[in-house]
Amino acid sequence: MTQKLTRALTDPGAGPDPSSGMPDPKRRGDRIFRGFAMGAGITILVILALVATFLLVQGSPALFADPAKLISQGYGEFLPWVLPYAFGTIWAAVLALLFAVPVSIGIALFISHYAPRRLAQPLGYVIDLLAAVPSVVFGLWGSLVLAPAAVPLYEWLNANLGFIPLFSGQVSGGGRNMFTIAIVLATMILPIITSLCREVFLQAPRLHEEAALALGATRWEMIKMAVFPFARPGIIAAVMLGLGRALGETMAVTMILSGSRNITFEVLTSQNPNTIAATIAQNFPEAFGLKTSQLIAAGLVLFLITLVVNMIARWIVSRRAEYSGAN
Amino acid sequence: MTTITHRLGSETLTAGRLPRATTPSVAVASIIIGYALAVLASGEGNIGLATLFAFVLFLVTIEIATRIVEGPRQAADRRAGNLIAGAFLLALVPLGSVTWVTVSKGLARFDAAFFSQSMRNVVGEGGGAIHAVYGTLYVTGMATLISVPIGLLTAVYLAEYGARNRLSKSITFFVDVMTGVPSIVAGLFAYALMGILVGPGTKSGFSGSIALSVLMIPVVVRACEELLRLVPNELREAAYALGVPKWLTIVRVVIPTAISGIISGIILSIARVIGETAPLLIAMGFTASMNNNVFANPMMTLPVFVYDSYAHPGTDVQPYLDRAWAGALTLILIVMILNLIGRLIARRFAPKTGR
Repeated sequence: MTQKLTRALTDPGAGPDPSSGMPDPKRRGDRIFRGFAMGAGITILVILALVATFLLVQGSPALFADPAKLISQGYGEFLPWVLPYAFGTIWAAVLALLFAVPVSIGIALFISHYAPRRLAQPLGYVIDLLAAVPSVVFGLWGSLVLAPAAVPLYEWLNANLGFIPLFSGQVSGGGRNMFTIAIVLATMILPIITSLCREVFLQAPRLHEEAALALGATRWEMIKMAVFPFARPGIIAAVMLGLGRALGETMAVTMILSGSRNITFEVLTSQNPNTIAATIAQNFPEAFGLKTSQLIAAGLVLFLITLVVNMIARWIVSRRAEYSGAN
Repeated sequence: MTTITHRLGSETLTAGRLPRATTPSVAVASIIIGYALAVLASGEGNIGLATLFAFVLFLVTIEIATRIVEGPRQAADRRAGNLIAGAFLLALVPLGSVTWVTVSKGLARFDAAFFSQSMRNVVGEGGGAIHAVYGTLYVTGMATLISVPIGLLTAVYLAEYGARNRLSKSITFFVDVMTGVPSIVAGLFAYALMGILVGPGTKSGFSGSIALSVLMIPVVVRACEELLRLVPNELREAAYALGVPKWLTIVRVVIPTAISGIISGIILSIARVIGETAPLLIAMGFTASMNNNVFANPMMTLPVFVYDSYAHPGTDVQPYLDRAWAGALTLILIVMILNLIGRLIARRFAPKTGR
């Protein structure tokens, strides 16, 4: 790799340069500019590596500390401490996906195949507006507007569907529970899933669609036969990206949930598992010493989880781009 | 198949069709009945319940009517269409609600004092967010200064020099991965970096800018790369033919051609990070006073101000909540205006792609 880099930097024949081969003083400007551009690109790789390294360096005191010391000066032994939060992070994100994915696919289809052609782009902008609302505003809205408004729904679910473990337990009075979090997170990840799905749906081969319609398929049958099979990898990638977003979302959870550290699947009670990101945000301003390290180490765990999810998503997208022939 | 023979057997040659007015009339009727049902069920007019009843009623009626007149395949088609349109309308609910609530509650403190006073020595009513407005400008401006050169140069490398070699492929891949870095992790990174460079526990505006840059760079790269690729190759070839070196071609021909799109991309990326809260909470801390020095001491920004007002109110909660909503309104306005400007520039001065 490095060999290739140095060769590319020094060899005048490398690269599609029009003036290659001619000994020209202007070439020096070329080489410098190219070096800058490549340096900037490498900087990005370095930053990403540094993110992991620095989190590891600053979090290591907590990762490798004596458990007794962590109990007295930190938040307690690392793994038992972080696991409930990791569970809460994943649980909240999965619930959000349950809400967001069907709705997003519906919206994307509406924009790509149902809405009148002229309306499609403005409607896309409207959904993008959701992405423009800052997360802190969603947090305010979720805790002061949505949570109290949803309490009757929660009580109804608890009274009538309480036999399902999901809805059992004592309903939280203010409505600040996992269910509210899931709705808010779903709203926040809607735009990204929608926009990716929309793009994939629009790329579905026009000839397949027309062939299906010509054979007498209804619009829905055409979508099932021609659009979905083509779009499946794209949808999966979009869902993974949405998952990545939901895993890392901080402010909405921080402001809505007064989370605890228990593992439970009950979504309506006031005892909810907190997420890693929210735990960091809630405790960091007051933390010091070993506690800071422990929170940073928790951040490292979150970073690794989202990194894996995002890399899988991007890998699917890039693989797809290769065989579809689209850009 | 069976339906077709059945239809052919009947008097008309065409398959049964519901009259065009069916959908709107059923919709109106369902809304009225749904509302009535909601009043009966809960005692008062709960809009959410009424909408739910109306929608279910609408779906069921259309389903039955289509099944009888047009057949099961058409019924499935209509059901899917209605559900899809319903999904779109459902997404408008939170958007409308957020906008409405923020505007109606934010206007209470959206006044001159809010934009001329800081929170220094303010307990309870009064005070404002001028320190947060300035902080937002400083931190976002600084982040833009860091991100744009790196992002633009990377985009130039990817679009002009990369030629799909292994380095450019891995940069593209990791730029995409970087867009998914949780914002709070970016904050922790900036905190850790400053802790190593300056000293543990350092909190400053600059640290916040670094955190925002981590989030902003990938957005800038993606936007600029796309725009640079749109510049027609004929322009580059014309410049080469005149003996212009490659770097001058890029600086004087390629970038100026795409400049409007690049600027709009940068504006949109600013809009993306200006509402970030979590990383700044970590990297910059809280303050109630003006701080004009980016390199030392905590600094406030609007999102953090909103969070702080909400999370740490005094004994009388209302003034703090009012300030939080006013801050949220300001923030939404800024983001919307930036988005609007970005899109307008992009549309008005879009480069001619030659196609």
